[in-house]
Amino acid sequence: MTSTATAAIVGSGNIGTDLLYKLQRSGTIEPRWMIGVDPDSEGLQRAAALGLEASAEGVDWLLTRGELPDLVFEATSAYVHRANAPRYAELGIQAIDLTPAAIGPAVVPAVNLDEHRDAPNVSLITCGGQATIPMVAAVSRVVEVPYAEIVASVASPSAGPGTRANIDEFTRATSRGIEVIGGARKGKAIIILNPAEPPMFMQDTIFCAIPEDADRDAIAASITKMADDVAGYVPGYRLRTEPQFDDPNPMSGGMARVAVFIEVEGAGDFLPPYSGNLDIMTAAATAVGEGFAGRILADRTPAAS
Amino acid sequence: MTALSAFPAAKAYSADLDIRVTDSSLRDGSHAKRHQFTPEHVRSIVGALDDAGVPVIEVTHGDGLGGSSFNYGFSHTPEQELIKEAVKTATRAKIAFLMLPGLGVQDDIREAAGNGASICRIATHCTEADISLQHFGLARELGLETVGFLMMSHSQPPEVLAKQARIMADAGCQCVYVVDSAGALIMEQSSDRIGALVAELGDDAQVGFHGHENLGLGVANSILAVRAGAQQIDGSTRRFGAGAGNTPVEGFVAVAEKLGIRTGIDTLKIIDAAEDVVRPVMDGECLLDRLSLTMGYAGVYSSFLKHADAQAERYGVSGAEILIEAGRRKLVGGQEDQLIDIAVALAAKNSTLAGKN
Repeated sequence: MTSTATAAIVGSGNIGTDLLYKLQRSGTIEPRWMIGVDPDSEGLQRAAALGLEASAEGVDWLLTRGELPDLVFEATSAYVHRANAPRYAELGIQAIDLTPAAIGPAVVPAVNLDEHRDAPNVSLITCGGQATIPMVAAVSRVVEVPYAEIVASVASPSAGPGTRANIDEFTRATSRGIEVIGGARKGKAIIILNPAEPPMFMQDTIFCAIPEDADRDAIAASITKMADDVAGYVPGYRLRTEPQFDDPNPMSGGMARVAVFIEVEGAGDFLPPYSGNLDIMTAAATAVGEGFAGRILADRTPAAS
Repeated sequence: MTALSAFPAAKAYSADLDIRVTDSSLRDGSHAKRHQFTPEHVRSIVGALDDAGVPVIEVTHGDGLGGSSFNYGFSHTPEQELIKEAVKTATRAKIAFLMLPGLGVQDDIREAAGNGASICRIATHCTEADISLQHFGLARELGLETVGFLMMSHSQPPEVLAKQARIMADAGCQCVYVVDSAGALIMEQSSDRIGALVAELGDDAQVGFHGHENLGLGVANSILAVRAGAQQIDGSTRRFGAGAGNTPVEGFVAVAEKLGIRTGIDTLKIIDAAEDVVRPVMDGECLLDRLSLTMGYAGVYSSFLKHADAQAERYGVSGAEILIEAGRRKLVGGQEDQLIDIAVALAAKNSTLAGKN
């Protein structure tokens, strides 16, 4: 009986390579395969040097091995994942999707991982979603949140061509996550790219409408606890300041609100520390993978007689 | 033969007009009004500007479609209602709207087009033009005229702006504006940027200039822009805009007339409209006061003004210090949330200092 779940990383670009280093540190996941399409890619070379089986022959190669992975992490594109997902499902390989394909249920580890440990495919939404939905959930655990709005500011060099060409997808997917997972009745997401040099860390602001007579201490305590929970798998995740509470005024649409300010410093595994937006995706993927691995390993353990 | 022929780089907009003016008091002015425009405001301003011959009038939340929010301030009346009202009121003027990718979405553009607006103006920070491709594509598909905004143009040299302008033009943008969001450009800094865009775009797209008054140079910068080849100029009647306000349309029109530059706008009528119609809608004049001048001086996004004001009051700190820190952090348009964070930090610093005394 093995004590780890095996994993393949599909996609050997920046995200896949950063993920490789995080999985290497995992106690329950063994990254064994790294799949790309370009034999010269730095990610494949690094994977091979670390002892993984690295191939530039795509998923066809992976899925025709004698041994299949327990988990696959998809770090390609939405288009590629849409083609690959049914093949993983057919072979019983659980897929963790870091692309915007949004095939399976959306998961934020600190909020709803337990509901989806058996899902054949889960989506990690967006970087802005991973960073901000936990805070919306923290507030909506205490009071009703009729409306939540997030502003994600990321360093320009950390926003790749895929994000740039489909920026509406970011706002739509994140808004939906704020509602479905965050628990706000209505969600809104805003993304800003800032080209400042040296590049800024990812910074996010979360505004939640709250009842005027809400227990503000209880909300603040829930926010602090949630920040600790997320920092458990994203070490660079932190509150930049105490939550700020405001009474209703004309500019606030007549709503009382709490504003939460967070910052995400990347671990600097492969991507530079300013790309907290990418780090939180690979860190969340690792946390989801470990959640899946826990269940897989428990299933493997022979029932006590 | 027009007066422009003395300037070899200058280009007439059309056979009848040397320059096409867009009035932004019902969009940029939304910042000064803290987004509290009503249908009555729109009816009176559009009516007066249309009567004076202003060819394009922009109507939207100050931060563009979808701007009504905690971060930027909620609108009194939904902007799409205001757009409908403007379209209904105008007899000659085209109605334009603004949108910022990352905040507004394609469905917002569809809705504004459905409400009768005919010019779609798409704004990005001046190094991020490639987030606007899908929006320009959609706008053209809908048959809208398109304008691109390179915001905070003072922060990049002419050659960088020209490359970004090319990205917009290739995506379907018909006129790329050098947008001096911070009101920080000084004289030739404006015309050099216009010249670089004209050289890059040739006949592929027009070039425009959007000025602010934070260093008191809106009209002068606009005239230099025209001489360098800009064919479209933005202003706001009575300077009704963010920061110290925009280039005053009535001032620009008066100067243009004296220089023999045809705008198609009746000078005396627009002077009257500024005083009799626009001024009464404003909560106060847009002034070149301490905070506005600080923005031009420090190169800070003009729309931060009212937010810095509000946070200064809320946290008992200096608005000028908030703006200078915003400049130091190199904040771009849209990052109003960061002003709260700055104010909280300043308040904490002040109380630490007080504790030491």
